[in-house]
Amino acid sequence: MRSRFVLTFWQILVLLGFLLFWHFGGVFGYLDPFFFSRPWDVLVRTWNDFVSGVIWRHLWITLVETILAFVIGSVGGVLAGFWLARRELLSAVFQPYLKAVNAMPRVVLAPIFALWFGLGIWSKVALGVTLVFFIVFFAVFQGVKEVSPVLVANARMLGMNERQMLRHLYLPAALSWMFASLHTAVGFALVGAVVGEYLGSAAGLGYRIQQAEGSFDVTGVFSGMLVLAIFVLLIDALVTLVERRLLVWRPQPVATGIQG
Amino acid sequence: MPEPSANEPAVRLEGVSITYRLADGSRYPAVAPVDLSVATGEFVALVGPTGCGKSTLLNVVAGLVSPSTGRVRIDGVALSGINPRAGYLFQQEALFPWKTALDNVSLGLEVRGVPKSEARARARSWLERVGLAAFADRYPHQLSGGQKKRVGLAQVLCRDPAILLMDEPFGPLDAQTRTIMGDLLLELWSADRKAVLFVTHDLEEAIALADRVVIMSAGPEARIIGDHPVPIPRPRDTHEVRLTPTFLDIHRTLWHELRAEVIKSYRQGEKID
Ligand SMILES: Nc1ncnc2c1ncn2[C@@H]1O[C@H](COP(=O)(O)OP(=O)(O)OP(=O)(O)O)[C@@H](O)[C@H]1O
Ligand SMILES: [Mg+2]
Repeated sequence: MRSRFVLTFWQILVLLGFLLFWHFGGVFGYLDPFFFSRPWDVLVRTWNDFVSGVIWRHLWITLVETILAFVIGSVGGVLAGFWLARRELLSAVFQPYLKAVNAMPRVVLAPIFALWFGLGIWSKVALGVTLVFFIVFFAVFQGVKEVSPVLVANARMLGMNERQMLRHLYLPAALSWMFASLHTAVGFALVGAVVGEYLGSAAGLGYRIQQAEGSFDVTGVFSGMLVLAIFVLLIDALVTLVERRLLVWRPQPVATGIQG
Repeated sequence: MPEPSANEPAVRLEGVSITYRLADGSRYPAVAPVDLSVATGEFVALVGPTGCGKSTLLNVVAGLVSPSTGRVRIDGVALSGINPRAGYLFQQEALFPWKTALDNVSLGLEVRGVPKSEARARARSWLERVGLAAFADRYPHQLSGGQKKRVGLAQVLCRDPAILLMDEPFGPLDAQTRTIMGDLLLELWSADRKAVLFVTHDLEEAIALADRVVIMSAGPEARIIGDHPVPIPRPRDTHEVRLTPTFLDIHRTLWHELRAEVIKSYRQGEKID
């Protein structure tokens, strides 16, 4: 309990130190407010955006894009990972192409997606999907491949057929790996959405940031980044919650030794 | 219980040899042709130096590995594929980490089509028999090594296999726990006398538990170099029995046979390094 308190204390201290440095850097003229804005201004701007309600619509759009990208990418990744992992030849054939596509910087795809799917949410979802899909795909692929041979042997000795092995062995193993990649996947779904918005759209957090940059409104840019950061932390907390519920069987990675 | 033909042993290996093919293309003849049988209701212990091929032989009887030469007969019938009459307690940890102790035990019944409620009731009674009723809802990572082994035992016995294959089931446990587990095993076994093939590296454990002790030589091309009955009456107390003169006599004889092989197996490892 105490160490938890100490940790929070230090976390807040770091934040305060950063804000003070920023603030007094401006006060003493080291950080020109035109280029760096001021922490207080950013907070006030953000607050006003929430109070006046202009930000909600953009948040909502980004959230929808993130969720869609995450769900579509994950489902695709799980199915493809599962399917390929159990087919030696097919996975060997596809391996180099998957790696090549995954190594591609997704930003270059954004204009093409805008062309294909228009400037609405779907071009952003598509961008997010290309990121999420591969993360989940490789995690699940690996997870299924690395199911312990002893567990497979035990399953066979217990009389399981293929379908039962899938249900009791491969699916849970793959899911646990999928959840290990979940935080990254959610993060990338958001990255896809925001980058997509940034490169061309009429709504969303990325759009807001891009608009502010276009008018040299540094306070607006930082305010947009702050909202994004809060958004990410909230989503991540949600994922942790879901994870705790679904993976009760897993040993808690939290080192109890640290607290003792 | 199905009536096995009177003169056919539960397990019979006829000239079984196993050669592994290694990744670099070379071959490793792990086990030379061996003959071994386990009669119905007989408890056979298999001892031998590490790496001689004990697990390999068990895998063959389980049907997980097919022999390079020779044949496996189960109740007189040639085995192909998985051996459905065998229950296998593996050397390594083999519980499903995402299932509770209870679900792990009932799994073998459920996949066979036993209704869920009945499967769970039977699983619960097996957990009771291995002394883990209070741990039914724990996940494997929340159990101690000995508790996990007992859940594994319940998982295997729950399906009521005619043949029980056990690969160093008490290997990683401390001496006291091993003795207690040995007593538990004998108690469970005496209820319906399954054919047991029990691998151990502990000669004392082998003699204390088994009707017969089979000794394997060091690999490669491991052979069976000794096959000794243990004429100690049952029921046995696996701790007390170690103090009897019969036990000590057998132990001395077997140890002399085994010692040379253990030393040989260490030399083998050094040569390769
Ligand atoms: N899949 C495999 N491929 C190649 N060689 C193998 C394989 N499995 C086992 N071996 C080799 O076969 C020999 C016998 O292995 P096995 O696991 O049966 O030994 P063991 O008697 O059970 O040993 P231990 O008492 O240490 O468990 C060993 O030399 C091992 O290196
Ligand atoms: Mg072994």
